[in-house]
Amino acid sequence: MEQLREVGKPEKRVDAFDKVTGRAMFTDDLCPKPCLEARVLHATIGNGRVVSIDTSEARKVPGVVGVFTCFDTPDWAYPVAGHPWYADSKAAKRDLADRKLLDSRVRMYGDNIAAVVAEDTVACDRALRKIKVEYEEWPVVYDPVESLKGTEHPVQDIKPDNLVAHTCALTSPEKLAEHGYETVDDALNDPAYHHIAIHTETGEQSQVHIETCVSYCYMEGKKIVCVASTQIPHIMRRVIGQALGIPWGDVRVIKPYIGGGFGTKQDIHFEPLNAWLCQQVGGRCVRLELSREELFWDTSGRQPKSFDVEASYGDDMLLHARSIRGISNTGAYIHHGHALVLNSVNTFRWLYHTNEVASRSEAWTVLTNGPHTGAMRAYGVPEGVWTAECLMGDIAYDNGWDGLEFRLKNCIREGFVDEFTPGGAVAAHTCTLPECAAKGAEWIRWDQKKREYANETGPIRHGVGVAFFVYKTAVAPFALETATARVTLNQDGSVQLQMGATEIGQGADTVFTQMAAEAIGIDFADVHIVSFQDTDVTPYDAGAYASRQTYVSGTAVKKAGEELRAKILAFAQRLFPEAPAPLDLRDHMIFDATGAEVTTLANVALEAFYNTEENDALSAYATANIHTNTIATGCTFADVTVDMPLGQVTVNRIISVQDNGRLINPKLVEQQVHGGMGQSIGFALSEEVLVDPKTSRVLNDTLLDYKVPTFMDVPDLKADFVESDDPTGPYGNKAVGETPIISPAPAIRDAILDATGVKFYHMPMTPQRLVEGFKREGLI
Amino acid sequence: MRILKCTINGKPVQVGYDPRESLLDTLRNRLHLTSVKRGCEVGECGACTVLIDGVATDSCLYLTDWAQGTTILTCEGLQAADGSLNPVQQAFVDDFAVQCGFCIPGIIMSAVEIVGTGKTYTRDELRKMLSGHLCRCTGYQNIVGAVEDVVEEINGTGACSEEARAAFAAVAQKARLVAEE
Repeated sequence: MEQLREVGKPEKRVDAFDKVTGRAMFTDDLCPKPCLEARVLHATIGNGRVVSIDTSEARKVPGVVGVFTCFDTPDWAYPVAGHPWYADSKAAKRDLADRKLLDSRVRMYGDNIAAVVAEDTVACDRALRKIKVEYEEWPVVYDPVESLKGTEHPVQDIKPDNLVAHTCALTSPEKLAEHGYETVDDALNDPAYHHIAIHTETGEQSQVHIETCVSYCYMEGKKIVCVASTQIPHIMRRVIGQALGIPWGDVRVIKPYIGGGFGTKQDIHFEPLNAWLCQQVGGRCVRLELSREELFWDTSGRQPKSFDVEASYGDDMLLHARSIRGISNTGAYIHHGHALVLNSVNTFRWLYHTNEVASRSEAWTVLTNGPHTGAMRAYGVPEGVWTAECLMGDIAYDNGWDGLEFRLKNCIREGFVDEFTPGGAVAAHTCTLPECAAKGAEWIRWDQKKREYANETGPIRHGVGVAFFVYKTAVAPFALETATARVTLNQDGSVQLQMGATEIGQGADTVFTQMAAEAIGIDFADVHIVSFQDTDVTPYDAGAYASRQTYVSGTAVKKAGEELRAKILAFAQRLFPEAPAPLDLRDHMIFDATGAEVTTLANVALEAFYNTEENDALSAYATANIHTNTIATGCTFADVTVDMPLGQVTVNRIISVQDNGRLINPKLVEQQVHGGMGQSIGFALSEEVLVDPKTSRVLNDTLLDYKVPTFMDVPDLKADFVESDDPTGPYGNKAVGETPIISPAPAIRDAILDATGVKFYHMPMTPQRLVEGFKREGLI
Repeated sequence: MRILKCTINGKPVQVGYDPRESLLDTLRNRLHLTSVKRGCEVGECGACTVLIDGVATDSCLYLTDWAQGTTILTCEGLQAADGSLNPVQQAFVDDFAVQCGFCIPGIIMSAVEIVGTGKTYTRDELRKMLSGHLCRCTGYQNIVGAVEDVVEEINGTGACSEEARAAFAAVAQKARLVAEE
């Protein structure tokens, strides 16, 4: 790969200094305290409706400014998912409106039915306890299969049968006919091949960003300002406008540094309610911060899912056909809807489709009275890949095949184009997965460890496992992909970079800075990025999700940077008409075509600002509308110790090796991989929101009971890469942010299978489930 | 309202507080020391960690009322007078230990306490000493690396600049950290 000047360097993060000094300002740090506080009253039934609410005692609590109920708020619904909106010409693509600010229809335990505004949180909480609510209670359904049978009162009236969506992608009859089949089932059941069927399940993982969801709102004139911890400030502006029924231009959203999002903050949660409460108290500043407990059930976690899978395969180790049928429990609200499980079943197909003659990817998204769900890092893909890898692991184990060799024979290859995506936009333009696997196998000492651990007996055993992954980059062609960047030349020759794309901890600001420096031809230190987004001044961008920003917003940076570079050179040429063209900008100097120095960049910048004859403020504003997509791949290898009587799995060594295209900043990509691995280890072994099916109440809504890995639960994490130069990325780059949370969990599952011969299908593999499995197999 | 008298980041402080108030709220809301973060309010996440008389403490679980006469150090008190970073902070920058940064000031305070013991530790020992903190971005990898590096730099046998050692000693004095014999 061609060496670039700024792209590819392990530059230190532009935000590191402010963050280690405690100077970096997060939402609550900026809040002008003391201000009014708001808290929400949550329903104590799992399904039904509010008949009446008596707030008279609550209003008498000293310090209370106002009590507002579901009978006071506007009676219209709005959509909350962090997806692009569409004009009337494409109205069918819009998200469904399924949320009200407060709602008398209680769809889940803890639904929002009233709110208190008071002078402090103590008064809020005292008032909340004095609100008397009369409910009409209906039976709770948490099992999506039960829910699909129909309920007397649909969870959402807009979906009378509780089905959000059903999709099915089948190999075409023409393609099936080429192989002598009429249906996909014929290919699955062809007696010339082996047949296997499994059922997998994945629990609800919670994002557990350490900063809670918090906002404060105040009015400036008739405009409502909302400062919020969000991944998607521009979308938030639109949704607040829709929820309050006011022009979107009357809403200003400011996004400071945010303390992690991982998808929670790709939904709009309480910010519209807070904006409305602010309106009700005359525009005074109102702060609304969720408690840690509320975050577990009143913001959106990963959808719990189950999958039924079938496959046929030959003695030549080649997959012949596969089928996946997935059911996703979206809970009481649609939010991100069907896109999540669609990602599960699609990536199941992409990862090992190379030799298949037939495939079925079918999915249902179902409303229940469970906690509402939404986006979480990798957006349905970890569940689909978990399922694909359970299948691969089982087939290899049952046939005594090497799991790595079996996967390599069947995995995605460079040039793969998904036949079901319109226009073939989802494609593996580059793919170094085999090289990644070779690197990982060498580091984990695959062959040696396989032999070493082969014949262990006794209660404590060891194993090594592997899993591969695929992940697409951004959301084209399924949804709009657009981003805008603005670069402005300063008087000293440095540049301001303004992005609508958001820094959420992933390092976006640093890599945008590198890309801008590369495109303009200046140094990293010459670019000043504005980290906070303010929808009144920041260019439009949908925000941080779908591992899209370096690819989509990065393209806008490159475009704007190249345009500014051209403008600088054109202006320099106007200043020095005799200088032989074309001019060049490098090392803070303008050079002519002969290589002679013409002037300094700083001088050109000063002239641009202050030339009395023809000054011209040099800036560029560029939008990138992206229609391509590209698949990132990689793998994880894990070495584990399994203590069967204790149901304890210790990950001894673990490595992820990834093809993320060209790495814009290798140290920052490594950071992302470490973090994803940590979250995936948690998903594999301990993290699950537990729901009481009778009431739909969450049982473990604290950090003591919901088990996030601690410093002592993760081993040293090894990240490595085999780069490729993707032709569609602005600098050869592909998706990064979400990719590393996919393959570690199934690699651990594969290592447990290697260690014990026991097949686990339900993630997380908690001690309880492990002990049950080992007992079932007679090992303990 | 009562008056809290204590020393914060090397300066004597007097501030009014509600006797029901946590030290976290007093530091954040009355003194604007916003490096002290609220993550859970029940001592689970460690984001609100400050040093009280040299001991890393969850300020969300510590009543302001108990802080009379104490010496408190927050992340705002770590930079040297000339603005240079404390060696602990510098290690977090150099080792790419920072992502979203919300948990970082709290972890840095625990790291200051660890360095202040004057001893060196294995990675496993460091993991145990830091396990009162949750971080969701980093998988802990580079944080453990940064703390290991700065502990080795200040307390280990390797070369350490006099400036770094002096910078740390100044903070240790400010925090009333006492190295164990």
